[in-house]
Amino acid sequence: MSLDEIKIGGMGASRRRVEDNRFIRGKGKYVDDVVLPGMLHMEILRSTVAHARIKSIDTSAAWEVPGVRLVLTGEMMAARNLAWMPTLSYDTQAVLATDKVRFQGQEVAAVIADDPYVAKDACAKIVVEYEQLPAIVNPTQAQDPAMPIIRDDKENQPTNKIFEWEIGDKERTDQAFADADVVSTIDLHYPRSHPSPMENCGSIADYDRATGKLTVYMTSQAPHIVRAAVAMVAEIPEHQIRIISPDLGGGFGNKVPIYPGYVISILASILTERPVKWIEDNTGNLISTGFGRDVYLQGQVAMRKDGKILGMRMHTISDHGAFYGDAQPTKFKIGLMHSTFACYDIPAAHLTSVGYYTNKAPGGVAYRCSFRVTEAMFFQERMIHAAANDLGMDQAEFRRVNLVKDDMFPYRTAFGFLTDSGQYDKCMQVGMEAIGYDTFKQEQEEARKRGKLLGLGISTMTEPLGAGNSREYDILGIKMFDSAELRIHMTGKAILRTGAKTQGQGHETTWAQIVAHELGIPADDIVVEEGDTDTAPFGMGTYASRSTPVAGAAVAMVARKIRAKARKIAAHLLEVSEEDIEWELGRFYVRGNQERGVTIQDCALAAYSNIPDGLEPGLENNAYYDPPNLTWPFAAYFCKVEVDAETGVWDVLKFVAVDDCGVRINPMIVEGQVMGGLTEAYAMANMQYITFDEEGNCIGSNYMDYLLPTAWETPGFELHEVVTPCPHHPIGAKGIGECATVAGPAAFVNAVMNAIEHTGVRNVDMPLMPNRVFEALQTGKDVSGMPPVKVG
Amino acid sequence: MSSLYDEVAPNPGADTPVRRVTIEVNGEKRTVDVEPRLLLVHLLRQGLALTGTHSGCDTSNCGACTVLFDGSPLKSCTMFAVQADGHKVETVEGMGTASGLHPVQEGFKEEHGLQCGFCTPGMMLASKALLERNPDPTEDDIRWALSGNLCRCTGYQNIVKSVLWAAEKMRNDQPQEA
Repeated sequence: MSLDEIKIGGMGASRRRVEDNRFIRGKGKYVDDVVLPGMLHMEILRSTVAHARIKSIDTSAAWEVPGVRLVLTGEMMAARNLAWMPTLSYDTQAVLATDKVRFQGQEVAAVIADDPYVAKDACAKIVVEYEQLPAIVNPTQAQDPAMPIIRDDKENQPTNKIFEWEIGDKERTDQAFADADVVSTIDLHYPRSHPSPMENCGSIADYDRATGKLTVYMTSQAPHIVRAAVAMVAEIPEHQIRIISPDLGGGFGNKVPIYPGYVISILASILTERPVKWIEDNTGNLISTGFGRDVYLQGQVAMRKDGKILGMRMHTISDHGAFYGDAQPTKFKIGLMHSTFACYDIPAAHLTSVGYYTNKAPGGVAYRCSFRVTEAMFFQERMIHAAANDLGMDQAEFRRVNLVKDDMFPYRTAFGFLTDSGQYDKCMQVGMEAIGYDTFKQEQEEARKRGKLLGLGISTMTEPLGAGNSREYDILGIKMFDSAELRIHMTGKAILRTGAKTQGQGHETTWAQIVAHELGIPADDIVVEEGDTDTAPFGMGTYASRSTPVAGAAVAMVARKIRAKARKIAAHLLEVSEEDIEWELGRFYVRGNQERGVTIQDCALAAYSNIPDGLEPGLENNAYYDPPNLTWPFAAYFCKVEVDAETGVWDVLKFVAVDDCGVRINPMIVEGQVMGGLTEAYAMANMQYITFDEEGNCIGSNYMDYLLPTAWETPGFELHEVVTPCPHHPIGAKGIGECATVAGPAAFVNAVMNAIEHTGVRNVDMPLMPNRVFEALQTGKDVSGMPPVKVG
Repeated sequence: MSSLYDEVAPNPGADTPVRRVTIEVNGEKRTVDVEPRLLLVHLLRQGLALTGTHSGCDTSNCGACTVLFDGSPLKSCTMFAVQADGHKVETVEGMGTASGLHPVQEGFKEEHGLQCGFCTPGMMLASKALLERNPDPTEDDIRWALSGNLCRCTGYQNIVKSVLWAAEKMRNDQPQEA
């Protein structure tokens, strides 16, 4: 009688993705695929140098190129009060440079022409005269009083320091260290990294003077935030702004910020009264947009001899580039760095942070990360690794002694977060068994006798996902809820819209599964739309693994509202009172007489044809979900490597990932997220190297120099699951999108270190390129990755 | 003006050189006048409105622009349209028909070999070329054949499974030899 939930594509079904139907036919619609009548093309001229005063900009030759419609400079932007724009971290960022350029790749001028090739030609004819200043490429240089002030445009900015910030209990932490038997110390650099989605950024701005309406197609993970920001910056009323984020070729945090190119294309469309398309090239994307990380992580743990951790302290020095543009909505200066050690039961903790401007592109994008959580967890697991070694304790045993136990939830961390649930020790057991932990030490010793270097690394963590609850989050004062709107048509088919924005996560597939679970309408009967601010309900977009924790919850809640109304209709149809109605998947029936019932589809038809007196017709609703807490998934990763002592090259022999993200809506998609995240973690640990030389030139400004792993380099992964339903989420789900990128890097690095630490090495900074590992093996000393890089 | 395919664009300057080329695209001969510097990827995308071929890195590293050129994978961002004169080009739009998918397309959907979809056309074309010369590839064969194509979403494991799925389907669909 009852529906088979898996068959209708409900919760737990590895339903094949509906969005694939267009992607495998080449019918995806990305921004660059959109063509509007009369569309012009824009190209941006970027600074060739990292720090310089602009003496002059001569655009006369560019204007002479046939087909050129407009050439914009900072001066022309300034005349319209658009030379600078606010950032999400309450700083300002130059749209087109006026006084100085502050990083290599900064936007200096723009050409709008009939054809993209012509726009490029004309850009090359713009002559900019620079008076070069010393470039500051790391926080140490930023503190040097002999170095120039980068942000001399700002009042009250006498140094290059952006902020100093602290959290935790210093006194209690100092006491823990005074009481300790053993203190372990570590000093790390989490290098700059670029998310590098396959699709670069771009926009098509289309301002219609007749209606006053501005439509912008844009590569944005958060179109509603863009609409609000454009309303504030461009002084166009919000109802006259329509942001459309079509298919996105990946995001990974890179497409959260608002970039100068978007703003320039909007002004260009207003001035030319034509649609203006801007498609960034790959080098432009790599050198100017959304870098992540670039933090020095220093810390200590205080321990008893038996392995119990008494306290931890941490200090971070972060390099934010020329504009403090961290796209992060937390209430804390350095994001959720203080989520570090959240999976461990630690009585006292203290964190101090200081941030600096440098002559690098704005950083601080949460690259597949919930705002510095990646750095926090990398620090945590490298610290734990070092501490276990310093104690002379087994890596797994040390973790199991200190991990929060199942009966301690909800658990208040030393920094004040409330972790919700988990089975940490069970995850450890599953992973240890799968990797062959108990026999590894013997295997390692035997291999070493044969001249082979094997290593095993562990990384365990829980992280705060699902930005976010009001205690930890707001963005420009707006709360971080999300929304869903569900309309059931009279034939029982449906359309669902949310304020999230998929970029490959498969929302069109999984949101329908949640509705199927709640209402029993087959998932194939539900279409899902996102990304158009004129049709989607207000929401904060997709990043920080927030879609399922927030928008997914809103989907469940709106479906329940629909079910509540359908119940009234069912009572009317069955001619009984509402209290006598029971629900089973897809169907209401009369209590005590299961045969006598009506389907949800019957109720949908009645909502338009046979509505009971006093009830509003139709069957649609919306829901806004303000999460009571963040969701706290857990990951336990085990990595086994072999290091080649002759070359420093290391290979992954086996990687076991145990993830507990609560209830899985679509297991196939969850596993896809984990494998993708692990690959980015591997890339970070192994090869993804983008840095800056002494003059601030970006080393790694194209994919010949910035190595991203291909199918050939990428190892295979063995995935396992443990399910602890989230107690405060309507369907028990937790975030998963970034767990692997967050927990992964430390597993790889700990494994390589485990293979070579018999030489006395404590740390090699990422990426662990062969030359660094080889140097560590040869010298027995740590290898720091601190820039600048000496070239030649 | 980089090509003359766009009728509404203003005339090119008198000194703009133009070449007439004929390329067989997805089985259909297309004749266009182009500026010699026009890249093949831009002719396909803008001139012929075949937007399934994507432009990613401009340096022939990412493979999003991969097409089959006389049957072999080629990065269309690093070839001029004039170089394709007289040759055959296959894009993702030519892989299946409206009602029937190529087994590689089916495999990518079946084994979750894509997420954002941006690398997918190039990945599928490179896979198709592999299976045409090696109907029974190993996992290593597949990883090597696809090492000119980047994917940032999947971690490749499911792409490998997709190609294996397609290989098996294609072998099973072959008429058995007597």
